[in-house]
Amino acid sequence: MRTRKRDPLTGDALTKAGRALRVVLLVALALLFLVPFYLLVRNGLASEQDITSPDWTFFPRDLQWSNLTEVFRDPNLPLGRALLNSTLIAVSTTVGTVVLASLAGYGLARIPYRYANAVFYAILGTLMVPAAVTFVPSFVLVSTLGWISTLRGLIIPTLFSAFACFVFRQYFLGFPRELEDAARVDGLGYWRTYWRIVVPNARPVFAAVGTIVFIGAWNAFLWPLVIGQDQEAWTVQVALSTFTTAQNLNLHELFVAAAVSIVPLVVVFLLLQRYIVAGVERSGIDD
Amino acid sequence: MGAGRILGPQRRNLWFWVFVGPFVVGLGLFTYVPLAWSVYLSFFDAHNTVSPSGSDFVGLGNYGAMLGDGAFLSSLGTFLVFTAFIVPATYALSLGLALMVNRLRIAQAFFRSVFFLPTACSYVVAAVIWKLSIFNGVRFGLANTVLGWLGGGSGDIAWLSTTDPPWYWLVIVTVRLWLQAGFYMILFLAGLQRISPQLYEAAAVDGARPGWQTFRHITFPQLRATSVAVVLLLVINAFQAFDEFYNLLSDARGYPPYARPPLVYLYYTALGQDQNLGLGSAGAVILALIIAVATVLQARWFGLGRTRED
Repeated sequence: MRTRKRDPLTGDALTKAGRALRVVLLVALALLFLVPFYLLVRNGLASEQDITSPDWTFFPRDLQWSNLTEVFRDPNLPLGRALLNSTLIAVSTTVGTVVLASLAGYGLARIPYRYANAVFYAILGTLMVPAAVTFVPSFVLVSTLGWISTLRGLIIPTLFSAFACFVFRQYFLGFPRELEDAARVDGLGYWRTYWRIVVPNARPVFAAVGTIVFIGAWNAFLWPLVIGQDQEAWTVQVALSTFTTAQNLNLHELFVAAAVSIVPLVVVFLLLQRYIVAGVERSGIDD
Repeated sequence: MGAGRILGPQRRNLWFWVFVGPFVVGLGLFTYVPLAWSVYLSFFDAHNTVSPSGSDFVGLGNYGAMLGDGAFLSSLGTFLVFTAFIVPATYALSLGLALMVNRLRIAQAFFRSVFFLPTACSYVVAAVIWKLSIFNGVRFGLANTVLGWLGGGSGDIAWLSTTDPPWYWLVIVTVRLWLQAGFYMILFLAGLQRISPQLYEAAAVDGARPGWQTFRHITFPQLRATSVAVVLLLVINAFQAFDEFYNLLSDARGYPPYARPPLVYLYYTALGQDQNLGLGSAGAVILALIIAVATVLQARWFGLGRTRED
């Protein structure tokens, strides 16, 4: 006698009680996952005494909205400048990476060339060498070029993403050829076919790679720490990290600054989540 | 009608390089050149300089010094311990989340978003929250507060500054677990979506009991390709760990002598006070070799060639 009903699509075979238990477990985990965000807001809007009080309160006793303006006036934490740097770096890295990698991916996928495979494997080979292992050599190069503490030193060396190139190549290999052939019959060369026909019809992959690159650039730490040595070149991550080790640490300022620093990403995340998901799915699976 | 019939091969070669050239030149300049230069530097005593003179040539001296340095070897040990914690933990949690979320009929998008949202957070911000709020080691910290409520302990465990027992591992591992579990959950969800429903129907007809049996004989084997990709990514990312270690453990006085992964060690060797770029380069070369060997071994171990046919 069967007491359990099976969902034919998923093999799901939980009883009613089992299903309820699963929902309870998911809700508990979801709350746990949200705790750090809650702490960011709670501490960011509390007074210093409230944060360090031994009696835990779920919400600050009095909300200190003034923290939001105070944090922009602290000379030890150049938050305004750091946000500007991070924005410039993340936007130009995203645009540059997507343009360079998509052109290369298209060329590799569509323009017949005798050594195309050799070029492709030379690019793919750099995926075996994690960027983090090359930070010492890259630092050596950037300091030889005199690019320490400059925006170009922070941006240009990061523009050549073998991963992005690989994703674009795989995507363009599956792009419908008929569209491009029609364009060439109309007399468009590779260049104009690419910009007029291919790019407008490939927006999802551009959005997927772009959002992933943007998140990575905004959150990058090691490279900006090594290259952005002067205070004027700090990104928001470096500024926060440096402030953490300051002599008299201001907790409410640190937390409100950290909360401000993730606002752009949370917005990007909520607006473009389906593209980010698509980008993540492409990043792990090799077809 | 192919492009070949309109453009001659010469023109096509030119266009290939117009598209691919800028990327290849940049990649060469900022990946291959630094790597080659680093190999060169690793044979010199290069303090504070990137162009040592011939008299500073030390042969394999830097490699000998690196491999004889207990701190370097213990950084490799730290990586192994970290990997032993973070890889199974992330694998189990992200697979568990994916299995639970995949079968939801209501609010699936909501739960997926909540678990995925930490991906938007940086390691620096997460480390701030972990180090100065949850595990700050004093009474007003969340972890100690919760322990106090539960009646366990005196409520003042120094999570990050005690080595006996090494509570710092709990802090380090949970940061990364929180940040990356949602990312890998998305990969597993994509893998689950690709499993044919007919397999489950066939299994039901064959009398496979739902639940564990179905998971063991259908779901898990069908996720093999995803599992291999997830484990490879987890190990490579663990090897590159820097951000959370640096931000959780360093303070105004520097970095403590324990829990130094390879990149933290390299950072302080090559870019610390005496800027020993020769020694640092030797370390980078050794790490690159380890990664190359490990990648090949893993590929063999998992039989990457075979999974494609599955």
